[in-house]
Amino acid sequence: MRASDLLHPRPEGLYCPPGDFFIDPVRPVNRALITHGHSDHARSGHGSVLATQQTLDIMALRYGEDFAGTTQAAMLGETIALDGVSVSFHPAGHVLGSAQIAVEHQGRRIVASGDYKRQKDATCAPFEPIRCDVFITEATFGLPVFRHPPDTEEVARLLKSAAQFPERSHLVGAYALGKAQRVMRLLRDAGYDKPLYIHGALARLSEYYQSQGIDLGDLEPATVESGGKQDFAGAIVVGPPSAFADRWARRFPDPISCFASGWMRIRQRAKQGGVELPLIISDHADWDELTATIKETGAEEIWVTHGREEALVRWCELEGIAARPLHLVGYEDEGD
Amino acid sequence: MNRFAELLDRLVLTPSRNGKLTLLTDYFRSVEDPDRGLALAAITGDLKIAAVKPAMLRTLVTERMDPVLFGYSYDYVGDLAETVSLVWPQPPGRIANREPTLGEVVAKLQAASRSDGPKVLTGLLDSAGISARFAIIKLVTGGLRIGVSARLAKQALADFGKVDVAEIEELWHGLSQPYTALFAWLEGKAEKPRNTALALFRPVMLSNPVGDCDLEKLDPADYAAEWKWDGIRVQAVAEGGIRRLYSRTGDDVSGAFPDLADAMHFSAALDGELLVGDPREATGTFSDLQQRLNRKTVTLRMQQQYPAFMRCYDLLQIGEEDLRPLSFRERRGRLEAFIGTLDPSRFDLSPFVDFADWQALEDLRRAPPHPIIEGVMLKRWDSPYLAGRPKGPWFKWKRDPHTVDAVLMYAQRGHGKRSSFYSDYTFGVWSGTEGAEELVPVGKAYFGFTDEELKQIDKYVRDNTVERFGPVRSVRADRDNGLVLEVAFEGLNRSTRHKSGVAMRFPRISRLRWDKPANEADRIETLQALLD
Repeated sequence: MRASDLLHPRPEGLYCPPGDFFIDPVRPVNRALITHGHSDHARSGHGSVLATQQTLDIMALRYGEDFAGTTQAAMLGETIALDGVSVSFHPAGHVLGSAQIAVEHQGRRIVASGDYKRQKDATCAPFEPIRCDVFITEATFGLPVFRHPPDTEEVARLLKSAAQFPERSHLVGAYALGKAQRVMRLLRDAGYDKPLYIHGALARLSEYYQSQGIDLGDLEPATVESGGKQDFAGAIVVGPPSAFADRWARRFPDPISCFASGWMRIRQRAKQGGVELPLIISDHADWDELTATIKETGAEEIWVTHGREEALVRWCELEGIAARPLHLVGYEDEGD
Repeated sequence: MNRFAELLDRLVLTPSRNGKLTLLTDYFRSVEDPDRGLALAAITGDLKIAAVKPAMLRTLVTERMDPVLFGYSYDYVGDLAETVSLVWPQPPGRIANREPTLGEVVAKLQAASRSDGPKVLTGLLDSAGISARFAIIKLVTGGLRIGVSARLAKQALADFGKVDVAEIEELWHGLSQPYTALFAWLEGKAEKPRNTALALFRPVMLSNPVGDCDLEKLDPADYAAEWKWDGIRVQAVAEGGIRRLYSRTGDDVSGAFPDLADAMHFSAALDGELLVGDPREATGTFSDLQQRLNRKTVTLRMQQQYPAFMRCYDLLQIGEEDLRPLSFRERRGRLEAFIGTLDPSRFDLSPFVDFADWQALEDLRRAPPHPIIEGVMLKRWDSPYLAGRPKGPWFKWKRDPHTVDAVLMYAQRGHGKRSSFYSDYTFGVWSGTEGAEELVPVGKAYFGFTDEELKQIDKYVRDNTVERFGPVRSVRADRDNGLVLEVAFEGLNRSTRHKSGVAMRFPRISRLRWDKPANEADRIETLQALLD
């Protein structure tokens, strides 16, 4: 059996014919295996969903309890048989609950990594490399220009700026699932113990993170109830990036717009978005992590998906590893 | 090196002047000599380092990595310095325990000969991290482009030392890199450096605009009036064989006007307006003057076609004598006598405008006799020459601005206090034949309106968005829909860079014409008629 008979792209998503399931389908299907809770990977309306308990919890928070017909929680490392195909979930280090999915049949193993990173992250379990024949890698930052600095340095720059401009507020744009909580946790680890002000869109997910034992400290809603604008002088406010362009942001005094994202590596990106303090903090693997991970898996063949496939395929060619782009549609980079 | 790199990164993305000043003063406070002085020199454009060509940089990087991968990277990033700083493969095992300081980097680069320049650069890039590599490449390719003028850097020094910026400007050309004595003085650790250099800049005297009720309180007999020439304010200083032309902020611009500098056969400091043409025959227009601005090299042909001359209105020094404490009347007398000794094709006297009362002057101001006159200047007869902008002795009374009714086409979000407001507006006027009219953009403005009006325009932009491009929205604007803005501006230049062929000087929103239908806005021909 060829690898492409075990998993191959269909318009709905990556399909496994012998197991009759999809991984991260973008349209409603009968049986879905979900790597993590970002909305482009985890959609509602499937017949049954198999995912980690945390991913199931996050989907329920986002879509309501009835987001799927039935759900089943996968324990990390545990093998589950689906019509003779063995599947197992392994931590991906991307966001809370994120997992790679290993699919094994007739002695051949394919690992679909979903989205992943290798940098240490106190808000989720670290990535575990899994030996496999075929490794399906993301390529969100699949160009040699993407080299993420240590996240502690980035947070130190934020704190330095907050001290430099005590009369202004710092608005940190960070996606609601994962990035926002990671930034908050990094601030706490750096010794910042003042309240963090959050946009309403982050409240439920942040509360969920706290309930899972990830301490984010004192979070307060960024609403103007008493006093006025000056209440936020010197404050750090975290919210979804879209909110800062919105009228919502007018409650803050002379705000400095910050954006926590791997895209902030490119100056022009920061400039175009009107970002004054770019924070290069990413939940995706950078170029060095991608190439190191490909080697670690020992895979003979690499399938490259969502992102800049051509550079990573080129790198594999130079290394003598078979590689091809997997043309999956419908994935954006919500997570970064 | 990292602190300098971080400073560059912050400055380029910080739009507010106050924000930049804070970043610069904090840097001067926290970084030691000689690094802070070298950073200052780099920012003011005074740091001399042999340039490396972009093609060389490309060669160096593709010797180290797959050219195809480099190609993908460069295509994506679009900026060579940035791409190279990011992709540069650090040789394993060669990572130093600490990155080089700015002082070490500059010393190595300045010591490098032309032939071993690339090798030195390679060594430096190997020893540095990403941010530092970017800063190094910016230093060797010339031009930091961080939106900080020499003037702003001097203001930051003044803020840092809590002194007047005029003191910095006056000292500036006598100082040498890395400005250790200057920083010691600003930190209160040493005396103010004494200036012994020749042909130094003298901080200029500036005027205030005439306010609404100012003139009623003033006696016309106390003031002299001159035309206000719309050239470039310059100070010509010659002393001991050194000749320098300074801009009004003390930048040395002699290199751009060698024809004028060569004619400075005197020992004095003159204040006046740089214009083009031959003062005995005709003064050139602003478009003529533009031919001589912002050029790296000036061809002989350019100097012949648009010769530079100086229309003098003050004399600050003659030989050893400092005239600044004298009254304007006395200085003017000395100037009139002195001008006669100079080359008449390069220096002439700014004439007085005779007037009996303010009304008579008002009439003259409204209808000046030459297009390059932008109003009148009033100078108190008894005033000494004072640095800065003292209120009272000098006034500028400009002619009224031009106005045009234009249609709002694009709006961009602002920064800081305005970061959630669409506050920068691109506007256009109609062109094309009847029935096929289309809007052509003619300018951009981001002030002139009140906070209340800003809220109204912002709402209008959000309610009438057609398309969004990052922070920019294109706004519905056609014959039947659109917001008409009355735009005031000081003048109009021909422009090959703009589709409309015109570029406005100092445009601002003067009125919101909610009452006016879009199709009644002005046509491009109205503007073209203003071109001289």
